[in-house]
Amino acid sequence: MTKPISIPASQSEDTPKIGVYVCHCGLNIAQTVDCDGVAAAMAEMPDVVVSKGIGYACSEPGQREIREDIATHGLNRVVVGSCSPRLHEPTFRQMLEAAGLNPFLLEMANLREQCSWVHMKEPAAATAKAHDLVQMAVARARRLQPLEAPSMPMTQRALVIGGGVAGIQAALDMADNGYDVVMVEKQPSIGGVMAQLDKTFPTMDCSI
Amino acid sequence: MTDAGRHPRITIHTLSEVADIKGYVGSFEVKIVKKARYVDEKACTACGECAKVCPVVRPDEFNIGLSSRRAIYSPFPQAVPSAYVLNPQECLGNNPVVCSKCLEACEKKCIDFHMSDQTLDVRVGTIVVATGLAPHDPRPLDEYGYTRFENVLTSLEFERLVNAGGPTQGQLVRPTDRRHPQSVGFIQCVGSRSARRGKAYCSNICCMNTVKSTLVLKEHYPDMAVKVFYIDIRAFGKGFEDLYTRSRRQGVHYVRGLPGHVEALPDGRLRVAVENTASGSLEYYELDMLVLATGIEPAPSTQKLQEMLGLQLSTDGFFLEAHPKLQPVDAATRGIFYAGCAEGPKDIRESVTQASAAAVRAIRLMQADRISGEAITSEIDPALCKACGKCAEVCPYNAITVDTKKKTPAQVAKAACSGCGTCAAECAFGAITMHHFTDVQIGDQIDTLLDHDPAHKILTFACNWCSYAGADYAGVSRLQYPPNVRLIRTMCSGRVDEKFIWQGFRNGAPVILVSGCHIGDCHYIDANHWTVKRVEKVHKKMEKRGIRPERLQLEWISAAEGVRFAEVMARMEQLRRSVTQQEIADTVAILNK
Repeated sequence: MTKPISIPASQSEDTPKIGVYVCHCGLNIAQTVDCDGVAAAMAEMPDVVVSKGIGYACSEPGQREIREDIATHGLNRVVVGSCSPRLHEPTFRQMLEAAGLNPFLLEMANLREQCSWVHMKEPAAATAKAHDLVQMAVARARRLQPLEAPSMPMTQRALVIGGGVAGIQAALDMADNGYDVVMVEKQPSIGGVMAQLDKTFPTMDCSI
Repeated sequence: MTDAGRHPRITIHTLSEVADIKGYVGSFEVKIVKKARYVDEKACTACGECAKVCPVVRPDEFNIGLSSRRAIYSPFPQAVPSAYVLNPQECLGNNPVVCSKCLEACEKKCIDFHMSDQTLDVRVGTIVVATGLAPHDPRPLDEYGYTRFENVLTSLEFERLVNAGGPTQGQLVRPTDRRHPQSVGFIQCVGSRSARRGKAYCSNICCMNTVKSTLVLKEHYPDMAVKVFYIDIRAFGKGFEDLYTRSRRQGVHYVRGLPGHVEALPDGRLRVAVENTASGSLEYYELDMLVLATGIEPAPSTQKLQEMLGLQLSTDGFFLEAHPKLQPVDAATRGIFYAGCAEGPKDIRESVTQASAAAVRAIRLMQADRISGEAITSEIDPALCKACGKCAEVCPYNAITVDTKKKTPAQVAKAACSGCGTCAAECAFGAITMHHFTDVQIGDQIDTLLDHDPAHKILTFACNWCSYAGADYAGVSRLQYPPNVRLIRTMCSGRVDEKFIWQGFRNGAPVILVSGCHIGDCHYIDANHWTVKRVEKVHKKMEKRGIRPERLQLEWISAAEGVRFAEVMARMEQLRRSVTQQEIADTVAILNK
């Protein structure tokens, strides 16, 4: 499924050339945090080549801008200060891959879930925190190394635990698409609670 | 059901439970224990001759004890598989002197008393968890008299009574006198929407299930008086409001208020006292029968499976999805998906929708015969390794091999490593590099955040799966907490090396928090046990060195505990305020000695 990643030696050995992007997320972050101010401060840090505020980093125009900077400035590390990495880390890793960089050369600072949204009434303190968080991300980014995900075998068979209406539907959908399914049900019959019901809403027909 | 039973690609194991699951996406090794049925599943034609001669009579579970079955029985007429099943605890045994009547009655000779439980080993690539629900048990809080009055039923018992395949062939009768009730009342939210009397959440299906039941009653018995006692009716789905309006139009009386008291009258009828909050008056109703709209709770198997697979639960006790909006059917563990009520109370339509979504998410991974594995793994430098064996001891996945006698350096099996980083934190010789979370990287983060004004900052280590996610949840919930908290994310709390803590204090940190998943919930099996040991060790050393141990805190915060995260942060801020500049300076001096 994944294409093999060939890592150019330059990505790991060159001096870091870091691009920093502080996302406004509309007003989600920018209402509380002085994003452009944080970006300006980061521009002064060693190894930072580009640093700017950006409207929506995850949007197509936002990603295009970062990809263009990677090409123009020869960036080899990217820091995005935006939402939680649990949300958009896959998005930005893909963006790096599209720009020819190893996806693990990305670092994110959580400026929304863990900053602007939880310190809404303290803009100065939130901005100071954002400054620290992005600066920490830059420090980390400087040390990022390209990584390669190993390829692992995939057994094309699924286990469905539970033979109620949900388990049956999931099993049928997978089986109809050509995958073997093993279903485990602790009762002597499948059907679950649904089989015990008389009529079901909204159709008022029987359950089995 | 029958489609699933007939499908050539679906193997159904009934009377079976998952005993153990090891491995990871692509190669889960599953151990299934299949209990003996004592009837050959393939040969049995479900003719029923065996049950006719069986002398043992027992309550029928499928009809919730409202009818009886034999020790050898078919669970219900449409059962899949259709084969009969023998309960060995109830059967009188195969001693011909005692019984074995069924053996004689079975023409196909498919009853086998010597059948034994089987253990099956299966390798699968993905897992769909569809463990369903348990109906709320109304017995512990008996305010509606379920255990005292026979004419008080649960909604599931009512379903069996009105079902054409049920014990009364669909004739609704009152349990005490077997006569048609003239009046039936439904009490909503039994076990739901009240932390005191059950669960705090809404069970989602009970309103519409009751509306449906009132329509069934009005269709069969147009003159019956039907009353519904409710807090508010939640008819939010497609076509639901229409059904609710139809129910009202057909004369069902909706009374806004939950009964405070139920008592039995001498003739078996029930007297219900209720404060009607719409009219503001105390009202009394005499009804022939009461139905409790019982709520939905997590299936009893939930916790065992959660521990086996290292999954997370929400505060309600249902399985927690990877993201409530964007990954609503994914578990945080790759390759595991949720369908139906395992993830939360939902109706059939929603369960079916979620099941199809889970199937597609699983197919998305299974479509190729190889997938990419975990890139964030550890690596051992053989030149620095002293072959002490500590890393192999702490690895939750047995991914590290080392020969301590021959002193051959330790090696990491990349495919088995999941990247928790506990080995790197435990290595006393600095021989292990945890990629993407290296000592140098985390050290630089600590230096950076304590570079200026360290006395006012709260250094917090948070694991990716629980406490960091809990912090995100606090954000999504807009919970406000002190802004001087700074999080350093690691994949697991087991990654937090002792030296990170000393480095923090040496740089002037007033307090440090290490946070992770609750014990038993660790995403890396049990790596956080080592976190506990390490923090205890550091506490002792702090005491010995004259540093107040309270300044290092360890907290477990789950992905669903946003409130708890905010509370812990407020507590850390209080603790921070208790640390004086002098105390910090003393600590720095001690550690720089």
